Order: sequence, then C-alpha cells, then structure tokens
Amino acid sequence: MQNTIHTLKKGEKAIIKDFDIDLIPLKLLEMGCLPGNLVELLQVAPFGDPLYLDINGSHVAIRVETAREIEVELIKTNS
Amino acid sequence: MSIQNINVALIGNPNTGKTSVFNQLTGLNQQVGNYPGITVEKKIGFCKLPQNIKANILDLPGTYSLNASSMDESVVIELLLNKNDKLYPDVAVVVTDVENLKRNLLIYTQIKDLEIPTILVINMSDRMESKGITLNIPYLEEKLKTKIALVSSRKGLGIEELKELIVSYKTIPHEACLNSSVIDAEYFEKLQHAFPNQLLYKLWLVITQDVNFSNLDRNEIRNTFTKSHSELKRLQQKETIKRYQFINDVLKEGLQVDASMAKDYRAKLDRVLTHKFWGYAIFLGILFVIFQSIFSWSTIPMDFIDSSFASLSSWAAEELPSGILTDLLSQGIIPGIGGILIFIPQIAFLFLFISILEESGYMSRVVFLMDKIMRKFGLSGKSVVPLISGTACAIPAIMATRNIENWKERLITILVTPFTTCSARLPVYAIIIALVIPNERVLGILNMQGLSLMLLYLLGFGAAIVSAYVLNKVLKLESKTYFVVEMPGYKLPLFKNVAINVVEKTKAFVMGAGKIILAISVILWFLASYGPGKDFNEAEAIVTERNIEKPLNEAEFENAVASQKIENSYIGIMGKAIEPAIHPLGYDWKIGIAIISSFAAREVFVGTLATIYSVGNSDNEATIKSKMQAEVNPETGEKIFNFASGISLLLFYAFALQCASTLAITKKETNSWKWPVMQLVLMSGLAYLVALLAYQLLK
Repeated sequence: MQNTIHTLKKGEKAIIKDFDIDLIPLKLLEMGCLPGNLVELLQVAPFGDPLYLDINGSHVAIRVETAREIEVELIKTNS
Repeated sequence: MSIQNINVALIGNPNTGKTSVFNQLTGLNQQVGNYPGITVEKKIGFCKLPQNIKANILDLPGTYSLNASSMDESVVIELLLNKNDKLYPDVAVVVTDVENLKRNLLIYTQIKDLEIPTILVINMSDRMESKGITLNIPYLEEKLKTKIALVSSRKGLGIEELKELIVSYKTIPHEACLNSSVIDAEYFEKLQHAFPNQLLYKLWLVITQDVNFSNLDRNEIRNTFTKSHSELKRLQQKETIKRYQFINDVLKEGLQVDASMAKDYRAKLDRVLTHKFWGYAIFLGILFVIFQSIFSWSTIPMDFIDSSFASLSSWAAEELPSGILTDLLSQGIIPGIGGILIFIPQIAFLFLFISILEESGYMSRVVFLMDKIMRKFGLSGKSVVPLISGTACAIPAIMATRNIENWKERLITILVTPFTTCSARLPVYAIIIALVIPNERVLGILNMQGLSLMLLYLLGFGAAIVSAYVLNKVLKLESKTYFVVEMPGYKLPLFKNVAINVVEKTKAFVMGAGKIILAISVILWFLASYGPGKDFNEAEAIVTERNIEKPLNEAEFENAVASQKIENSYIGIMGKAIEPAIHPLGYDWKIGIAIISSFAAREVFVGTLATIYSVGNSDNEATIKSKMQAEVNPETGEKIFNFASGISLLLFYAFALQCASTLAITKKETNSWKWPVMQLVLMSGLAYLVALLAYQLLK
C-alpha cells in the first residue's frame, strides 16, 4: 500500500511525493505542502482526526480526508 | 501645495504580530471602519514620523498569499491593484515572523512582483536567541531587494528604525526579486504582448482571482487567455514552487538555525492542551472561569453605575426647572442611557477573555480539538471560534465564519451562531436572574446566580449544536470540504493589544447600541407620556370618581392616576393590543412593549422597562432592579417578575432572534434574504413555544 500522510504514525517524518492537485486546497500548497518537502506528524486529535503536522516548518492541522490524498515516502530513522 | 501624508499598507500572514506592529506605530490613534459595501474591518491609524512627516497606516487583513480565498483577502488584492484608490500605498510594509520566515516570505515575493516599494519587517526578533536563529541582514537585503527592519513589537524594539525606513521610502527598490513568468514562458510572453502597458503579475492576478478591478477589462483578458480551472491551479502550484525555491535559496545563506540552541515548549504544551482528557477538561475549565467571573467580578462596578444613574435622574428631576424637557431627561434619556452603560463591565470582561484566548494561540488548539466532534453536527472545528465569539456579539462572529472553507459548514455556522448567548442578552439575563434566582451558594462555592447564567450559556450552545444537527440533515448542499488551520506558536498575550481590542470593541458596542437606545427611549417616553381620548387626559377626574365612596390618601391617589395614565397612553394601548398573545407566557403588556422595542436590539429590553417604569413614578431614586421588583399584577397582587414568568422570559430571550443587525449581516454574508428570514421565523417560533411551555408548567 502507498504511504500517505494518513498512514504516518505520531512522530514519523516523511518526504511529500505526489498528490492530485485538484483535491488539495491552494492554501495548503502555500503553507509549504509541495513535492520534495519534509512533513512530520506531530499530534493526532483525540478522535483520530484532524492531524497536526509540521510541513516544511509550518505548523498546520488538516483533516484525514485531505491527508489521505498526499503520498509520502517515509524517512527511516534508526534511533 | 500641502504636504500629503504617506500611505503605508501593513501586509502579512496571520500570526506574525502585524497588529502589534500597527499598535506600536499608531498607539491609540486609530480608526476602525468598514470597507464600502462589505463588512471587512478597515483599520487606519496615524503616525508621526521623523522630519515632521505624517503617515496613514492601513492594517490590511492577514493573508497567506495574493491568491484570495475569502473576502478579507480580496480586500488586500483590490487595494494593491488599484492605483487610483486614495489609500493605495506609497510603500508596503510586509510583516514576517522570524520563526516562520520561509512561509511568511511567500506573500512578500508576490507584493514585490507588483513593483510597489516594499519594506520587510522581521518581527519577534527577541526570540532569535532562544530559537538559535542568526540572520545575515545585508545578504537578505541584497537578495530580496529591500530594506529590512528587525523589530520586536512585543518589546517595542526597532520601531524607530522602521519609521526611518518609511520616511525614506523613495529610496527603497521596487523591482521584483524573482521572475515567476518562467513557469510558462510562452503563455506569459503572449499575455505581455497583448497588454504591453500592464504589469505582467497584475494581469496574472486578474486571470486567476475573483476580485473587482477598476480599470482593467477583465473579460477581454480572460476571453483571450483563459485556461481550465485545473490548468490554472497547476500553474499556481508551479508558481508557488518557484517562489519557494527562490526563498529557500536565499534563506540557505541568510538564515542559520542552530537547532541545539532551540528551547521549545510548544510540543509540551500541545501534548497537554490537545490531550484526549486534559484538553477537554482544560477547555471546559476555561469556559467555566469566564462565565463565573463575568457574573461575580462585574457586579461591583455594575451596582455603582446603576445607583449613580438613579441619583442622576433624581438630581435632574429636583434641580432642573420642572417641565416637559426635564421629564424627558429624567424619565426618558437618563434611565435609557443608564440601562446600557451598566453592562460595560460585563461586556469588557467578555472581550478581554476572548482576545486573550485568540492572542495566546490557544484558540487554534480548540479548533483542532473540536473539529471531529463538531463535524458530527455539520459544523467545522473552525465553527468553535464564531460560537465562542458569538458570546460577545453575533455580528463579528458571523464575519469570523469567513475562514471556514466549506460552504455548507459555513452556512450552518452562520445560521446557528445567533443562538449563542451574546453580550446583548446579558443585560436581560442579568436583571431577571437577579430578580428571580436567589443569591445563595450551593455546594459551598457555586453561586446560584452565576450557575444559572452558565446554564443559560450552555443552553445557547446546546440550541446551536442541536439545530446545526437538524440543518445538516435537512439542507441538501454538496461542497468540497477543505480544512487547513495554522497552529501558531504560543505567546503571552500583549497587554497593549488586548487593551486596545477591549476598548475598541466595547466602545463600538456602547456607541452602536447607545444610539438605538437613546432614540427608542425618547420615542417610548413620548408614547408613554401622552395618550388619546379622555381616559388619558382626564385621568384625575376618573380616578376621583371611581373612588368617590372611599377617598384615597395623596400617595395612593398619585399612583392610581399614574397607572390610569400609562394604561391609556399610546404605549399602553399598543401593549394591551398584543397582551393576548403574550399573556399565556406570563407577561403583562409592559413586558410586551419591551419585547417589541427590543427587536431592534435585545439590550433595549432593560432600557425600555426602565423608561416605562420611570414615567409617572415619583420615586426617581429607585434603581431599575427595585422598580421591577416592586411591579405587581393589579388584579392578583402577584409579582410580575416571579419565578415562572422570569424563567419564561429567560428562555424567550435565549432563543428569539431579537436583533435587526444580525439579520442584516446574515443577509450580507449569505447574499440572500432566504436565510435571514428562515433564521428569524424558526428562532422566534421556537422561543415562543419554549417560553409558553415553561410558564404553563411552572406557574
């Protein structure tokens, strides 16, 4: 299965790969959600949604339905 | 030739401290108004600069980019594209936060493309050390083609340097700092060729944005250079990537972060404040403190204002030459004004808390915490902000729905926000609670009156949530859901910002309501002091005749005449006409009049009763409260404001849409009469039913 922001676990970091531009609000792009940028899942809200992310240094919250559309590549950390 | 003031526009992302910079530059020398035709707040301040130059500082709404997704953002673009606007900036000041420089610079590069001289403010410079940040200012100035002011609006540092830069704005470069047209060179070349006299980026904005342009023929441009929505968005993405590439390159040299130096309490605070138990517990606790304190802390200044106005009234009645004008003053105007001024303490407290929650960054955590729950009711986490600020006033709250991206969620939020207990209901609640709920403590600490008030607030939220749930099921609207919330860093609220906010908002409330109340109390006084026919004009004779067998003493006689007069005055006749409709709710005709006049604004209720009870009442010294307490039903001898009628009135005001301005704003924001009319009919119908049930069950 393809990794998306939704499949990340709390504290995991990943690189944004690709998304369908028609499903992603322009505002999120402007916040730095662009292919090649780093994303980290900081917090998950109590009922599993929304997700609190650090995207390219910007702190934003988005809903799972949007997170599901953004493909990422997980960065393996050994620590 | 007179020297013109320099026009300065403050632009920047939300949460960059832009408004603090504005407050630092202008102090209290500010004017808050609206942009013509729309309800976006327009803040202009005045600032004295070195060399005796003066500047008009315009605080534009916070925006992430020049791609407008809301009315607030459109205002920014419309101003920057219209050179004929009298506020068109001579110089733009882009405010950025040193911790979010990368993202904050995006809009800066766009403003530069418009070739307006632009100063870059890097704010929150006092945090650089604790975050391990160092900047290479000369390098940044060279690459970004600008002058930089390193500012700490929090500590008031760098403001003088910024003023110096504004004065010498003519020397600030105004060329673009990157060439974004390379994203589709061929297309942009054709575009420029077709409109050689126009700025390329301006043309691009005309094509991509839905805003008004004065002197560019948008159809002409659009017809020739149109692209599908998808294609345009793809180009906008390319443009954004291009800009970020440029910013990244510049910051690689210009900004160093030593992560090991960074001390961060954000993550720790987030963990607690968005915790699945503690998060909600803290949120509820905060709400509880707000409502308890509004009721208990503000009673001292309120009692003082109440008794001062009562003595002022009686002073006016005794000291001024007697006559119609004195009566108007002591029975109409003074009680009317007093009826509104008394609520300043509570309203100020409410605005104080709301502005602290906003300023500290806590409000975003509430949005995050509540989104999933609110969505079950067809609302968004962002609806929490309107619902909470609705406790101050529904009008700014409805305006605050603009950042809800989904139309259906936004519409439902607009429709249910008037259920939340706004500050205009406070006067009504406060006086009725004080009359019918005993001032005692339960469980040792909880004040019953405070508790009742909190229950009314919860009732308002409950009504909003339940009706949202129903509307969500009933309304058939489909729209794409987008939800993006910035989670700003935590900040200690700045005293100056909070204070200015509280003063401005309270002033606007008092002035706005004050005008209506003054007008209405004068009209009411007139209607209550005059009447048609002999029942009014020959009141003395009628009373004497009626009591011919058992003559009254002087005081009894005066009171009997006064009540004969008011019953047969114009207002009495109107009140009697509607009495059958409100009698089952436990109200007499005087309350009926107050309900009708308070349709203009709820707080008029108290002023109206104050005026009605003052006319013909010889005891001017009594406070509004004691006058209401003394009211009895002439037939049964029961108190008018008893437990049953009090609860019925509280519930009526909890649900009824008694506010003409709310209807006007709903019309404006939804662009249709359908929604405000629906709001009015449903809310007031519900209010009538609930009040009826309550009275019939309790009496």
